Amino acid sequence: MAEKFAVTRLPGFTTIAVVAFVALYAPILTLVAYSFNASESAAAWTGFSLDWYRLAFQNDEVKNAALNSLIVAAFAALISTTVATLAALGTTRRAAFRGQTAIYAVINQPLMVPEIVTAVALLIFFSSVKLATGYTGLGYLILAHAAFCIPFAYLPIRARLEGMDLTLETAASDLYASSWQTFRHVTLPLLMPGVLAGAMLAFVTSLDDVVITEFIKSPGQDTLPTYMLGQLRRQMKPDVNALSALLLAVTLLLLAGVYLLTRKRAD
Amino acid sequence: MSLAEARQARTSARNGWLLSAPALVILTIAAIGPLLIVLVYSFLTPGDYGNVVWEFSWNGWKSVFVEEDIFEGTLSLADAHLTIFWRSLSLSILTTVLTFIVGFPTAWWIATKPPKARAFWLFLITLPFWTNILVRTFAINQIIRNEGVLNSLLIWAGVIDAPIQLTYTPTALLIGMVYVYLPLMVLPLYAAIDRFDMRLLEAGYDLYASRWQVLRRIILPIVKPGIIAGSILVLVPCLGAYVTPRILGGGKMMMLGNFIELQFGQGRNWPLGAALSILLLVIVTVALLFYVRALNGEKRNG
Repeated sequence: MAEKFAVTRLPGFTTIAVVAFVALYAPILTLVAYSFNASESAAAWTGFSLDWYRLAFQNDEVKNAALNSLIVAAFAALISTTVATLAALGTTRRAAFRGQTAIYAVINQPLMVPEIVTAVALLIFFSSVKLATGYTGLGYLILAHAAFCIPFAYLPIRARLEGMDLTLETAASDLYASSWQTFRHVTLPLLMPGVLAGAMLAFVTSLDDVVITEFIKSPGQDTLPTYMLGQLRRQMKPDVNALSALLLAVTLLLLAGVYLLTRKRAD
Repeated sequence: MSLAEARQARTSARNGWLLSAPALVILTIAAIGPLLIVLVYSFLTPGDYGNVVWEFSWNGWKSVFVEEDIFEGTLSLADAHLTIFWRSLSLSILTTVLTFIVGFPTAWWIATKPPKARAFWLFLITLPFWTNILVRTFAINQIIRNEGVLNSLLIWAGVIDAPIQLTYTPTALLIGMVYVYLPLMVLPLYAAIDRFDMRLLEAGYDLYASRWQVLRRIILPIVKPGIIAGSILVLVPCLGAYVTPRILGGGKMMMLGNFIELQFGQGRNWPLGAALSILLLVIVTVALLFYVRALNGEKRNG
C-alpha cells in the first residue's frame, strides 16, 4: 500500500462527474457554434458567418418580439423587486409574528405550483378580463411575470438583509435620524447589492419564460421565447440558433453580475 | 412581557404585514386567486368555440377517466388519457432516478474539490439552471435528431448505416428531461454533501467497512434530506413538463402538460383542461407534503 488511501474517493464517481459536465455543455456549445455556421444544415460545418444574426435582426417579427421581451422583463423586474424588497424588510430582522409562515408560503407559491397550472389559471382569468374591459395590451404579461418573479427577487434580498446587523441603523437613530432618513441613507445603500441581484434574477426569469407567456399573450404579442417556439413548429431554422445564442449571452452577463454582487468579501 | 413590550411586538407584526402587503396582493391576483377560478371552471359545461357555458356539469371530471360513446351512450375507460398519465408518471420517475444516478456522483465530486475550485464547478451547474429551457431543449435536440451531431458522428465513424430515430420517441423525451433537469438534482445534493462530516468516512474505513458499505450505510442515510429535496425539485417540473415534450415529442409523445394545453386549443374542452390542471396540482401538493413530512422526520431523528 504505497499509495495514500483517499478517504473521499468513490470508484467511478469522477468518471460520471466528468461525463456529466461534458454532456451539460457540449450541446450548448454546439448550438452556439452552429449559429456561426455558413450552411443551413446543422450536420456540416461550412465556414464562419454572421448571416443568421443578420437574418434574425432584419426580421420585423423578431425585432417586435425582442422589444416585447425587454419591456415585459424590465417592468416585471422593477415591480417584483420593489414589492420583494418591502416584503423582505417586513419579514426579516424582527420578532417572529403570527402569519409569517403564511407570508413565506404565498411568496414562494410560484416555485411550488407547476407553470402549466398557473398558465391555465391566468388564461381563464385574463380571457374574462379581456372580454369585460377590451384591453389586450402588454399589461397582462407584465402582471403575470411580476408575480412569478417575486420569489426570485425576494431570496437574494432576504439573504442580504439577514447578513446585516442593526448596529448602523441604531447608531443613525441615536443621532436623531428619522426612520425615513435611516432607511434612505443607511439601510438602503447597504441593501443595494441584494436588491440589484434580485432585480437581475427577476429579469432573467421573466426573459426566459415560455409557458405562461405562450398561454396568455394576445395575438401578435410574441416575446422572443414564444416566437422561437412558434418557429420550431415548422422547421428548425439556424436563425433560431442565433437568437438562442443571444439569449444565452444575456443570461450569462446577468448571472456574472449577480455573482459579483452576492459573493462574500474575503474578510 | 410588559405592556410596552407587547405593544411594540404588535406594531412590529403590523409593520411586517403592511410591508409584505404589496407582494401578497400581486401574488393573490396573478397566481393564487386564479387557481380557484380553475376549480370552478372544472365543473362547468364547455362552450362550442372554447371557453365555457355557465351550467354545472360533472363531465369535465368524468372525462378525465372515462369516455362516453356518443352513439351507444356507453361508458368506457379513456385509454388515450390513461396512456398519457402513465407516460407522464413513468417518464417523470425515470427522469428523477436517472438524474440521481448522474447527479449524486457529480455533486460528490464537486463537494470533495478544494473550496476555491468548488465555487467554479458549482457555477457551471447553476449556469444551465438559469438558461432558458427552450434554448437547452433546442441544444439537446440538435444533438439527438436524425440529422443531428450524434447520428452524423456515428455514421461518419461507420458504427451505423442509417440514423437512429430518437426524436418523437419516449427515449428522446427521457434524454431531454434528464438533460434539462439535472442541475435541479445536483444543487440540493451538493448542499447536503457539503455539510457532511468527512471524518465519518475515516471512522467507517477504520472499522473495516468496504467502499460500498460506507456509501450505503454512512453517506446515503446522512445526505437523505438532499436526496429527497433533489427528487422533489426534479419530479414536480417533470410532471408538468410542457416545452421539452412539445419539442422532442413533436405532438406525438404528449405528456400531461401538452394534453392540458390541447384542451384549451383544438380540444375546446376547457372544463376537462381545468380538471386535469387541478389533478396535477393535487399530485404535486401530495409530493410536497411528503417532502415536508420526510424532512421533519429527519429533524426529529437527527
